[in-house]
Amino acid sequence: MSARAPLPRWVDIALLPVLNVVLAFLIGGLIVLAVGQNPLQAVGVMVYGAFGYGTGVGYTLYYTTDFIFAGLAVSLAYHAGMFNIGGEGQAYLGGLGVILIALALNGLHWTVMFPLMIVFGALFGAFWAFIPGYLQAKRGSHIVITTILFNFIATSVMSYIITRILKPEGVNSDESAPIEAISRIPRLGEFFSFFGRSPANLSILVAIVALVFCYWLIWHSKFGYAMRALGHNPVAARYAGISGTRMIIITMAICGALAGMVAVNNVGGVQGRLILNFVNGAGFVGIAVAFMGRGHPIGVALSALLFGALYQGGQELAFSMPGITKEMIVTIQAMVILFTGAMGDMLRIPLMRLFDRRATAGTP
Amino acid sequence: MKFSILTKAIAGGVALSALLAGAALADPAIIYDGGGKFDASFNEAAYNGAEMYKKETGAGYGELEISSDAQREQFLRQFAERGYSPIITPGYNFVTALESVAPEFPDTHFVILDAVVDLPNVRSVLFKEHEGSYLAGIMAAMKSESGKIGVVPAFNLDLLEAFACGYKQGAKSVNGDIEVLETYIGSGFDAFNDKPKAVEVAKSQLDQGVDVVYQVAGGAGAGVLQAAADAGKFSIGVDSNQNHLYPGSVLTSMVKRVDVATYNAMMDEKNGNWSGGTIVLGLAEDGVGVAFDENNASIVTDDMKAAVEKARQDIISGAVEVHDYRTDQSCPA
Repeated sequence: MSARAPLPRWVDIALLPVLNVVLAFLIGGLIVLAVGQNPLQAVGVMVYGAFGYGTGVGYTLYYTTDFIFAGLAVSLAYHAGMFNIGGEGQAYLGGLGVILIALALNGLHWTVMFPLMIVFGALFGAFWAFIPGYLQAKRGSHIVITTILFNFIATSVMSYIITRILKPEGVNSDESAPIEAISRIPRLGEFFSFFGRSPANLSILVAIVALVFCYWLIWHSKFGYAMRALGHNPVAARYAGISGTRMIIITMAICGALAGMVAVNNVGGVQGRLILNFVNGAGFVGIAVAFMGRGHPIGVALSALLFGALYQGGQELAFSMPGITKEMIVTIQAMVILFTGAMGDMLRIPLMRLFDRRATAGTP
Repeated sequence: MKFSILTKAIAGGVALSALLAGAALADPAIIYDGGGKFDASFNEAAYNGAEMYKKETGAGYGELEISSDAQREQFLRQFAERGYSPIITPGYNFVTALESVAPEFPDTHFVILDAVVDLPNVRSVLFKEHEGSYLAGIMAAMKSESGKIGVVPAFNLDLLEAFACGYKQGAKSVNGDIEVLETYIGSGFDAFNDKPKAVEVAKSQLDQGVDVVYQVAGGAGAGVLQAAADAGKFSIGVDSNQNHLYPGSVLTSMVKRVDVATYNAMMDEKNGNWSGGTIVLGLAEDGVGVAFDENNASIVTDDMKAAVEKARQDIISGAVEVHDYRTDQSCPA
């Protein structure tokens, strides 16, 4: 492998992911065919559901917002050589921060509340990532193990807090008291009727800012340089005077803060209350998003959009083609995750061979 | 060529969806909660009711299973926009979504089971679980030889206490000295799925001399039935008819007729008899009851059947009043 020249940049960041997605859809199409449905019609319904009408677009953007935050939380850690699997738990804890500040100051105008929710969501999410970061940096406990375990702890802690402390009297379902309408983050539909009653809200602007911020942080700041140095070679980084301990803890805290933004979108915007399991797997989808996006903010944005479209399009599919069940839609979505995440490099070697041959054929 | 097929398919999808959007289907629809359609409990009972309707009328119905909370409102609007009515939502988790969507579609009818949404176009259906449990308690007390019976709720929740309290009242009506053991499986909603713990809790009760045990624990309850069957003792199922799970060991099941509530809502709409408001289904309405079938025929005596029937008549006529734990958070028995 080392003998071969690396792939051209455009192949690495554009062609490879696209091929992976195409492959996933081909296999998914075969599954649809196997149950006697028309795969082309299924694709048509999915595209229409995700982009064909305003409310659908709104739902796609709502899911995209979640996946951008979750994807960035994984990407950033990855640049520092860490695998943050704890986005789910960090986002869940972020929800606690958002609801606490929102209920404490319930009734405040959203222009004031919005930044406060961002700060508190970020703080609580950062706290939940800080602990595994600290354990990794100071105690050498592997970040993969600790972040996975912290997801479980988050689930239990939050279940307890929601059902025993935040749940108001006389309410059956597991949720906190609601945030007043004036304090909630406004939906895009309130500004542009195009988006209808879809849950997309101003949090998407925060997502865009986060993308730009991460780009700057990774490639145009001293901190990002140190982070990448650590990710590439911890020993060399230390030799260059970079404190691995400090970097790991701070990077993880920033990742947690980004994951906490998922809570701003959901708790502060969509649901306006804290409900059990509101993250609903977005933290895990973030892992696939980050890998498919190759850890680059632009890639993360595009793959988050793809996953958002898959989620919303899949919903449309369930509605329009009852022959395709919820489980099959999950299978198709899983196929995309499998091909872009776990097997993302499967086509790399064949492609390298192909480009090698072309390169040698070109030079006499 | 390939591309043109694709574009055609997309256009087809668009056209299809537009068609669906335009057609005023008067079909009913169900949105299943997170547990999924085949949860062997609440959602599945609603599904059975819809299938009953389908078989009888030949008409179809729409159905969707949610996979995230944001989809509750989405699906409600989607069905409402495309003319489905009534739209049935099994479970109290739909309250918030329904409260925001139902007012947007005043001409569409909605049904919520096990909770109350006070809007003119919503029918709320509640069940008198305490009445059905009272009958189960009578049977348990009559079957018991040790004078000790048990009840295993998932955890300390008002709804489950209502089951347990009705059961105790029924048992005491037969034998004032009977001892009723009550043990929770866990302390939160996850207890509904903790079958291994349910087995342990039931075993512990059986070891203390309990010979009939009533499970009020959803999915985990199967563990209670299993423990009783293994020990050669008796158990009582809940929600759906679970007599067939361990024939000869499951004494009876306290059934909640979610299927009937679903079926009735669909038929009422079809026949133009729709009504909103809150409906409470008790023994008088056949909304709750105890199940007799071939699986428990050998362990149920005629005396029991007679006692159950008498109590049923007395409760319907008002001669016997079963206290509902939920009214004052206390149980007289």
